[in-house]
Amino acid sequence: MSRPFSPRSGIELDRRALIGAGAAFVTALAISPARASPEMAAAIRKFTGGVEPKTGKVTLDIAPLVENGNAVGVEVKVDHPMKPESFVSEIALFTEKNPSPDVAVFHLTPHSGRAHVVTRMRLATTQHVAALARLSDGSLWQETREVIVTIAACTED
Amino acid sequence: MTTAMILVPRTPIRSGDVVMLKAMISHPMETGYRRSEKGEEIPRNIIRRMICRYDGVEVFSVDMHQAIAANPFMSFGVVATKSGPVEFEWVGDNGFRHRQSAQLNVTG
Repeated sequence: MSRPFSPRSGIELDRRALIGAGAAFVTALAISPARASPEMAAAIRKFTGGVEPKTGKVTLDIAPLVENGNAVGVEVKVDHPMKPESFVSEIALFTEKNPSPDVAVFHLTPHSGRAHVVTRMRLATTQHVAALARLSDGSLWQETREVIVTIAACTED
Repeated sequence: MTTAMILVPRTPIRSGDVVMLKAMISHPMETGYRRSEKGEEIPRNIIRRMICRYDGVEVFSVDMHQAIAANPFMSFGVVATKSGPVEFEWVGDNGFRHRQSAQLNVTG
């Protein structure tokens, strides 16, 4: 940029513009609230009852790339105390492109002590997975992750 | 023949500690989306629910769908209050039902 007459400056600008556009695109992906197929959106709406989930509190831990979609370890933690007056009452998992979007709903109580669940799930293909948490005050929190799957599950042997 | 395994921590547990329990059960979790070699639909056969009771209270349960992997594995927290059994129950399609418990020893 300090050499405006450099023969390369045009290319430099293009490259910068491209990187900028790429960054904007990635940001748009990250903050896009739903990232959901119609099936997933409908399943989530059924769980939330139409309340818009907020981003935060929920940590969805799942490998970004898995070879085998038949048994993928998934861990959900919610950063919230488990006191009788305020606790995480439910954690739910949804998939974007499995034959059915529902995965599981975990029902927790103050006796759980910790809003932390672990299981193993199936992924039919590369897709987004969403974890939602419902607090005892009725508020909803969400995190979504994309998982790239190289061998499918569900319909394969 | 169904076999289930329940794991409780082996380290000493004090009253008030939050412990992670682990449970796994043998089950195909047949989705109902697959077809046999003859092209016939293989009917759905899954576990729908797992319940955990401790000290007379239902402390945790989970509703499962086809996307839970075969031989369902679940891990979750519970506040240890006193020594006693943690009782698990799995319920599923075709009248499936399995109960099993493990002893939680709480010191201090």
